[in-house]
Amino acid sequence: MTGRVITITSGKGGVGKTTATANISAALAAMGHKVVCMDADIGLRNLDVVLGLENRIVYDLVDVVEGRCKVRQAMIRDKRLEELYLIPAAQTRDKNAVAPKDMVRICDELRQDFDYIVIDSPAGIERGFKNAIAPADEVVIITNPEVSAVRDADRIIGLVEAEQKGPAKLVVNRINTDMVERGDMLAVADVLELLAVELVGIVPDDTAVLVSTNKGAPIALEPKSKTGQAFRDIARRLTGEEVPFSASNGNNGFLGRISKLMKSKEGRNA
Amino acid sequence: MPSLSELLGRKRSASTAKDRLRVVLIHDRSALPPGVMDALRQELIEVVARHIDVDRHAVRVEMVQEGRSATLQAEIPIKAAPKHPSSE
Repeated sequence: MTGRVITITSGKGGVGKTTATANISAALAAMGHKVVCMDADIGLRNLDVVLGLENRIVYDLVDVVEGRCKVRQAMIRDKRLEELYLIPAAQTRDKNAVAPKDMVRICDELRQDFDYIVIDSPAGIERGFKNAIAPADEVVIITNPEVSAVRDADRIIGLVEAEQKGPAKLVVNRINTDMVERGDMLAVADVLELLAVELVGIVPDDTAVLVSTNKGAPIALEPKSKTGQAFRDIARRLTGEEVPFSASNGNNGFLGRISKLMKSKEGRNA
Repeated sequence: MPSLSELLGRKRSASTAKDRLRVVLIHDRSALPPGVMDALRQELIEVVARHIDVDRHAVRVEMVQEGRSATLQAEIPIKAAPKHPSSE
């Protein structure tokens, strides 16, 4: 088995990287894939609480790097999904405790046993980010329809290209349909036109996400949730499936523009 | 496709955001601060004006985005037909 490494990053903090990592990982595992997600935010560990696994941690990523345990021992099995595992970050160390080559080595080991290795990158463009993208086969950028998040996403897209890890793919998180329709929020088509990368997901702004994080239960596992569906769609697209962007994602009328933009992009790349 | 508010002739904050981002991203990508653009514009005018009589006030120099790359575009209107090259 040769697993794929998918790194979730953003540049700006607070756009929903950890939530996206938890949900994409859970959705992939629910599809029947063997998945391990890894928290690369050393010192600011959070993926464990979002997944509701904080009480089971014994070893962490730095323990693996420094040889205090085997990778297997640091992996925590999810409560709900047989095929989902978490490797938590260390909470009491900093980003310099891990180097890009450590991440490559650990991921190469994990590729033998897993279909997908999903890495939650820290915010910023320093060591933590470099660690997170070093082993990546694919980089997914999370952004919000907001000027500072889009600007930072653009910077990250450039850095990912410079590291030969591009082209990055984009998820626009927290789209508020009412605000877009009023003309007070950038539409997905606007963000795509500015950033000129491939879109893999549109996630609505949904208070239910906070409720799911409160409980430590990924919303991607709630069959009736539209937001859960958005994350499941992202997971399917990342496996190579063609999943149309549904009108329920709040871009009625803009959808035509999106598909037009994507077509023109394909034309340029050809 | 224009949005409803655009049809009503109002400029909404999303379109302001998009316009601002368009400029910011072009400068970020080329690592060219907006102030340097002004200097570049002036120098371009000086160089061209040494050879041709240009309409200095109508000169437009801007970065235009195409996909993830940018092009520097200069539009320099010429005032009169070029003179006979004998005076020099």
